[in-house]
Amino acid sequence: MMKPLFIRGPSALRLAFFVLASIVLMTTDQMAAPHTNYLKTVRAHLSTLVYPLQYLVDFPVTAGQWLSNAVGTRLQLIVENEQLHEENLRLQAQMQKFIDLQSENQRLRSLLGSSPKTGERVLIAEVLAIDLDPFSRKLLINKGSMHGVFKGQPLIDAQGIMGQVVHVSLFSSSVMLITDPNHELPVQVVDKGLRTIAAGMGAINRLALLYLPNNAPIDVGDLLVTSGFGGIFPPGYPVGVVIEVNPDIAQPYAQVQAIPSATLERNREVLLVWPENLSPPLIDEEIFNDDDTEEQVPTNTTAEEIITPPNIPTEELFPLTPPN
Amino acid sequence: MEKQHGGWVIIMTFCFGFMLVVMPLPKWAVTWRPDWIGMILIYWCIAVPQRVGIASGWLVGIIYDILTDTLLGLHALSFCVLAYIASKLHRRIRIFPWWQQASVVGILVALVHLPEVWILGMLGQPPIGWSFLHPSVTSIVLWRWLFIILRDIRRFYKVN
Repeated sequence: MMKPLFIRGPSALRLAFFVLASIVLMTTDQMAAPHTNYLKTVRAHLSTLVYPLQYLVDFPVTAGQWLSNAVGTRLQLIVENEQLHEENLRLQAQMQKFIDLQSENQRLRSLLGSSPKTGERVLIAEVLAIDLDPFSRKLLINKGSMHGVFKGQPLIDAQGIMGQVVHVSLFSSSVMLITDPNHELPVQVVDKGLRTIAAGMGAINRLALLYLPNNAPIDVGDLLVTSGFGGIFPPGYPVGVVIEVNPDIAQPYAQVQAIPSATLERNREVLLVWPENLSPPLIDEEIFNDDDTEEQVPTNTTAEEIITPPNIPTEELFPLTPPN
Repeated sequence: MEKQHGGWVIIMTFCFGFMLVVMPLPKWAVTWRPDWIGMILIYWCIAVPQRVGIASGWLVGIIYDILTDTLLGLHALSFCVLAYIASKLHRRIRIFPWWQQASVVGILVALVHLPEVWILGMLGQPPIGWSFLHPSVTSIVLWRWLFIILRDIRRFYKVN
């Protein structure tokens, strides 16, 4: 085996070129406006190319589940079937009540002259057993643009809001969880109408509630739901429960933490939601003036109605209007 | 000069490395995942520097970014620098005893991932604590075995 004795060494000029190319790519990826971002298309195509690798890694897990189903004993299946049957009955009973309430709600809304809320379309997706970047909280799901998934689409599970789609490829898409340090979503405290921002902290099971004054009427155990402002998440879905309130006189805002309702990193089946009639100004235009959807200082509000400062950095990452 | 062959072997080792990169690990082990792609890249850079170099490193980095859903170009930057240093030093690294080789690999892995930490810090999501140094520790430990496996693969398929 003859090898050339003196091979051409790596040139610094070449290195400089590729370093520059990386920096340009990173800047474009970070700064470019969402609608003129051609990198997004490139990324989608390349993600489709690497999907076979991700599928291969996920395959043993899927196969294992299939196998455990296949060799499950008759007795186990009977017990499971019974449980599911009972649960189905219970849910159907609840559903009857729900339909009744829904029609009543619609009637009341029509009396008030406000537009009725319509239902949302959902699609079940499966979480692939793939580890993404260890420094962020993201998931990969097995539905992509082929199934109509779009960037910014909300993702829920049986218990509450999980996150939103950030990158879409043909067969898969990646989802940023609400606990990601880059994620913030507008929420509302049930019964109190207090609105705030739930931001991820990077920890698995924590949300920070931002911009709450020290005397804000919020207590441990309060339930948080999506407020629908921001145009990404449909209103009224549970987000989390307040577990810690620390009013700190030295700080301008209280330190409030919540625990997410959704089982974020444990479940395998998730739901993709297609919100309908979701464009700002969003809900209840009659009650709340659309001042704060315009990100201006609210002028005619009572003290406890809106406790959110102007210029909330919620939607910096994501466009206000969901792509069609 | 002999005809080059065995390009598909190099590609297959990288594919296998990428699978190890996204393989699910328990929560406590996630930050300790060795830098598989970095190690494979270093190996091919010192074994066949005429074939694997800065451009391959950059390409591998782009695929890495797509695969792990990070900022496009983040790992491309570190891997092209890694490929540059490894091919620059390949004659020296080849004749090192294995423990010295392993420490050079560990230092390289730690150094080239430093810009990632800076860039993530600039974007407001710095990694917590010293966890970004964990991969270089596990890479040092695993380098010997990875080296032997890749060397046998290279000899068996006569990659040159």
